Amino acid sequence: MDLTKTPGSPPGEPEIREMLLNVGPAHPAMHGIIRIVTKLDGEQIVDTDVEIGYLHRGFEKMAETVDYNGVIPYTDRLNYVSPLINNMGYCMAVEKLLGISVPERCHYIRVIVSEISRITDHLTCVGAGAMELGAFSVFLYMIKAREFLWELVEMVTGARLTVSYCRVGGVKADLPEGFDERCRKALQETRKVLAESDALLTRNRIFVDRMSGTGKISADDAISHGITGPFLRSTGVEYDVRKDCPYAVYDRLQFDVPVGTRGDNYDRFLVRMEEMEQSIRIVEQALRDIPPGPFLAHPETGRPIPAAEMVDEGKIGNIAAIVDARAVTDPTLEGAAKSQHPNIEAGEKRVFLPAKEDTYGNIEGLMQQFKLVMYGHGIRPPKGEVYFPVEGANGELGFYIVSDGTSSAYRVRVRPPCFAIMSALPKLLIGDMIADVTPTFGSVNMIGGELDR
Amino acid sequence: MNAASLIQAVKDRFPAGVKASHSYRGDATVILGREFLLEAARMLKEDTLFQMNFLMDLTAVDFSTFGTKRSPAFFANSGIAVSPSPEIPDADPWSGPPGGHPSAGAAPGTPGGHPSAGAAPGTPGPARFVVVYHFFSLPLKHRLRLEIPVGEVEEAEPEVDSLSSLWASADWLEREVWDMFGIRFRGHRHLKRILMYEGFVGHPLRKDYPVNKRQPLIGPVN
Repeated sequence: MDLTKTPGSPPGEPEIREMLLNVGPAHPAMHGIIRIVTKLDGEQIVDTDVEIGYLHRGFEKMAETVDYNGVIPYTDRLNYVSPLINNMGYCMAVEKLLGISVPERCHYIRVIVSEISRITDHLTCVGAGAMELGAFSVFLYMIKAREFLWELVEMVTGARLTVSYCRVGGVKADLPEGFDERCRKALQETRKVLAESDALLTRNRIFVDRMSGTGKISADDAISHGITGPFLRSTGVEYDVRKDCPYAVYDRLQFDVPVGTRGDNYDRFLVRMEEMEQSIRIVEQALRDIPPGPFLAHPETGRPIPAAEMVDEGKIGNIAAIVDARAVTDPTLEGAAKSQHPNIEAGEKRVFLPAKEDTYGNIEGLMQQFKLVMYGHGIRPPKGEVYFPVEGANGELGFYIVSDGTSSAYRVRVRPPCFAIMSALPKLLIGDMIADVTPTFGSVNMIGGELDR
Repeated sequence: MNAASLIQAVKDRFPAGVKASHSYRGDATVILGREFLLEAARMLKEDTLFQMNFLMDLTAVDFSTFGTKRSPAFFANSGIAVSPSPEIPDADPWSGPPGGHPSAGAAPGTPGGHPSAGAAPGTPGPARFVVVYHFFSLPLKHRLRLEIPVGEVEEAEPEVDSLSSLWASADWLEREVWDMFGIRFRGHRHLKRILMYEGFVGHPLRKDYPVNKRQPLIGPVN
């Protein structure tokens, strides 16, 4: 875009000059740091230039320097509104490279947590978008619902935002006790919030006027730009990685893929609202179908004793007393109980850390632990390259990994879904009014972490 | 189409262009000569057999240090965490870096050497970079990876054809590859940096760019 040229006006007529307006890099209605230079004719946008990269932290370069499990905390920071989906996408890509598959219960756990994350992501997107159009109460309701879900996430992973829950070859720990009831309750609360928000927004005159007909894109343009996810589905194209290239156990679960017709902001809002409903459906089915959890050792034979005490007993040769016993480990290691392990990990010694009881209780477990965590050791996939896509909250989230057979990846590439959408932003904005930047940009759901990596 | 028939179909159309192919872990991959890229991409998009309407991803890999990395740890090559277990199926093994790297077959940890080592500058050697395209067909639900080896000779800025005339997504993705790897795309309208700022020196994802290198941050240029 040539920003210096102003069109000359014929003599005798009033001079028409276009105005340049910087939106961003730090603008209150912006969800991240991004600069949009707009060229205005009155209130109409005639040209835009989008500048990204303000949050570039070198994810791909860093991923080459740490071992395979060390990348997982970095993936949390890609899409920080739904980090569990990033965790899952990365881990499944490495698992494909290794050629291993996780147990069924682990698949279900991953599906449950990633669908919960999808709901939190859509809640944030719709809520923040509505707030920017003046519907502040919707934002508060939706953040309230997100809070219920983040409490669930906290219950499962121990963290709210930087979860690092998935591991290559499994997940960190099994679902906690009482998760089932709390999850159902939280989903019911979320349903109520969705109904409230639906009543407040869907037929709200101001909201519909601002959203309907703005930020339009055709299906062909969207496909050409590589747009996926709810954004593409709003144009009427039915593409969902969960349906078209199913992974984990999505092929066994019943859910619909909502599509729009017009490809404008309002359709994207409707698609996201319906997707949350479908995600709730998926979680409920997964809770119903999930294979049963760990079978704990029998209370008579499995007398729990502290791990340190067990080691002392073993040192003096008192094997008979501890041979069947389970060790009680430190509370900070809660969830890493041995009995759960067969359900949550792939059973591949070269990949997954042993249960803490084994690490503290026998030499094989200790060696396995050290072989995986020591600098320069760790997981070593064979040489090769894989690409693995999952359905992120914004669209297809793909990981392309090249391995050279050593303990760190040779190249990790992430295909961020909102990168494609942002590249189409000029197309969405040109022709609209300057006030339409806010709803359009809100419905793009730009996440700086995954856009700039 | 499954991976094998997809590869065969590309081979039938471009018998001279296809340098190699594999379907490691089920990902159909075709390694194609640089001069055939534009023609092949157009065929993938328009041919009813392929109908690749999505250019999902476009990236590059710098293979200049492939196989030369030494483990920093003692005894790293012994014990349980060394090589994949025999249970892991590896029916169609990976054939090594697409550019024909000299140390492709070498075991990890053994010195391999830079691709240009031994070759006189200017003569075509093994390719340093590989530009990687991931295509997806929504109507036929198949994926294909296309790899274009570039940088056989010691050129500072290797060049391939731009696909931005065929897919709009190539526009930004090619800018990112230029930014990160310094690979030029012939026919791209405004190939400028996208994630780094104007005035940044070097291309950070090249293997010879140190991971801890710092550069002064220059303010925005208007």
